[in-house]
Amino acid sequence: MEPIKIIDAPACPLPLANVDTDQLIPARFMKEPRSVGYGRFLLHDLRHDESGRPVETFILNHPQATQAKTLVARRNFGAGSSREAAVYALVDFGLRCVIAPSFGDIFASNAVNNGLLPATVSEADAEALLTALGDAPGTLHVDLETQRISTGELSVAFTIAPTWRTKLLNGWDDIDMTRQHAQAIQRFAGDYANQRPWLKATPVTKIITRS
Amino acid sequence: MTMPTTLFDKVWDAHEILRSESGQSLLWIDRHFVHEGSFHAFNKLRDRGLGVARPDLTFGIADHYVPTLTRRLDAIGDAKVRSMIEQLTDNTREHGIPLFGLDDPRQGIVHVLGPEQGLTQPGLLMVCGDSHTSTHGAFGSIAFGIGASEVAHVLATQTLWQSRPKQMRLTVEGELSSGITAKDIALTWIARLGADGARGHAIEYAGSAIRSLSMEARLTLCNLTIEGGARCGMIAPDETTSAYLRNRPFAPRGECWEQAQAYWQTLKSDADARFDREVTLAASEIAPTVTWGVSPEEALPIDARIPDPAHIEDLARARQVRDSLDYMGLAPGQQLTDIAIDRVFIGSCTNARLEDLRAAADVLKGHRSKVPGIVSPGSTQVKHQAEAEGLDAVFREAGLEWRESGCSMCVGMNGDLVPAGERCASTTNRNFKGRQGPGARTHLMSPAMVAAAAVTGRLADVRQL
Ligand code: SF4
Repeated sequence: MEPIKIIDAPACPLPLANVDTDQLIPARFMKEPRSVGYGRFLLHDLRHDESGRPVETFILNHPQATQAKTLVARRNFGAGSSREAAVYALVDFGLRCVIAPSFGDIFASNAVNNGLLPATVSEADAEALLTALGDAPGTLHVDLETQRISTGELSVAFTIAPTWRTKLLNGWDDIDMTRQHAQAIQRFAGDYANQRPWLKATPVTKIITRS
Repeated sequence: MTMPTTLFDKVWDAHEILRSESGQSLLWIDRHFVHEGSFHAFNKLRDRGLGVARPDLTFGIADHYVPTLTRRLDAIGDAKVRSMIEQLTDNTREHGIPLFGLDDPRQGIVHVLGPEQGLTQPGLLMVCGDSHTSTHGAFGSIAFGIGASEVAHVLATQTLWQSRPKQMRLTVEGELSSGITAKDIALTWIARLGADGARGHAIEYAGSAIRSLSMEARLTLCNLTIEGGARCGMIAPDETTSAYLRNRPFAPRGECWEQAQAYWQTLKSDADARFDREVTLAASEIAPTVTWGVSPEEALPIDARIPDPAHIEDLARARQVRDSLDYMGLAPGQQLTDIAIDRVFIGSCTNARLEDLRAAADVLKGHRSKVPGIVSPGSTQVKHQAEAEGLDAVFREAGLEWRESGCSMCVGMNGDLVPAGERCASTTNRNFKGRQGPGARTHLMSPAMVAAAAVTGRLADVRQL
């Protein structure tokens, strides 16, 4: 994963609350393999009208949106379904950071696992950023080391769990980290199984095994 | 003296393999469910050349994309839908993971099947790439949804990194009046605290009203926990829990049953355990509740009126209400019981267990539904039990379609969709924009309330039927 330190790029204002993952990527697109590029599915039903034509006034259809690396939204961003595809859609669109007053828990950890920074700001600061951006993408400077976001005169702080910050700064991947603990895991699994013999009880069941 | 601990602490601590310098815990996973949507995780594993660490603790379940009109794979018209089910079969076969597939008599929605088969037990740590995994907490286990990267991590290592969440106790004291269900408890607290009101917290449900809930109702309550933004929800195991589990296919037997019982009895919060947050509801305050907007927090008692944004001082809140009413095609001040519906759906991991189908059938018996609708049992076993009781006949005679089990119209991935602009009274869990299909308008409520809506053709108070 590509580490993040500073993002200096256009940011799209999305002045909506409760942008759930069903909106970020509607379920019908989730059958596609990732290789098709999920960026085109991002907020599909807000981006297009009923006949499938792009809604010109929607921020992601703004000519500068293709250069955007950041999105600013209102509270409870990414609530709902655990679909990581919602993060794939944001990342494949080119985004590296979402700024909001709060995030769905599962969404936030999915984001970090894909090198997307979920930056939490206060409600007032989210409004200030949205006001500063107006209705077009504008440049925001996001610094993960100092945990600050700035544009022009405006500079606000954001929070992120320290472990997530470290992961994003270094571009670390969990599986590599965990495999270093293989021995501890094995020891634990052995003790655990001995202490809980009832968990071994397996049923009479039709099990499809490796053929 | 040892510190008093909560139920959550006890289960968490029992699964902590180690703690990193930054304070994250590496947790052991007892049960991991995978479904059709887990294909991203299997692909990730393949890309890295990794295998599945513990196929014996991993269970494959076909539910999200399965057709509800047939159990035949080759009868699925949409090749991409068919391929989702085939990929699950191939991936589980390749890694030696047991599969509850489309044609398995035990097939069902993952959160109905787990408890029904006795896979869900007190004190376990359970995960699945599905947010409603919180359901399984009804047995006193820690259970939560994870994303595809985490699914890949669990497949590869049978462990997961997590930060210990804060804890909240939600106490409901008193007796629920008749017609009030776990669905109403959930929608009431979510409306009160907000869809992100419990964010960052693990919830323990407590109090006399919770203890008197059946296992099925507890599952409904824990299922909806995620809609209030909580990481998971749990209920301490008791007699009800044991009685439900006894003799289930995967439940312990004989001497193992006794050992398990002894352990399960220790699984409760100490009397003086501290919670980061305490919330209390009186059972008597809870009325049959329906949603009117596009977030589960936009819920009201059935005798209420739609809010008027002109009278809401908080500008952000007023804006949100206006946006919701616009999508839902509703007017401020409208009486909820004046809202006409176009169809009904009874199904999903929230409310499609036997007890739910009985409650709906009780109301529908001897009536015709004024609108079309689908009934999709939560599992194939539930379907058979319902048929043995003649519930299917009640639904059919009411003019509703009796289907096979699957996620169906909860999310529409299999093609069971609410047409754009139509209004659906639904026993599901999410009224998000487009959840049941592009442009679909969803009102969430209990099974009996959906049945009442079917009978009257509009949102209705089941207590007045
Ligand atoms: S029934 Fe709905 S909420 Fe439950 S697992 Fe299926 S799609 Fe998810």
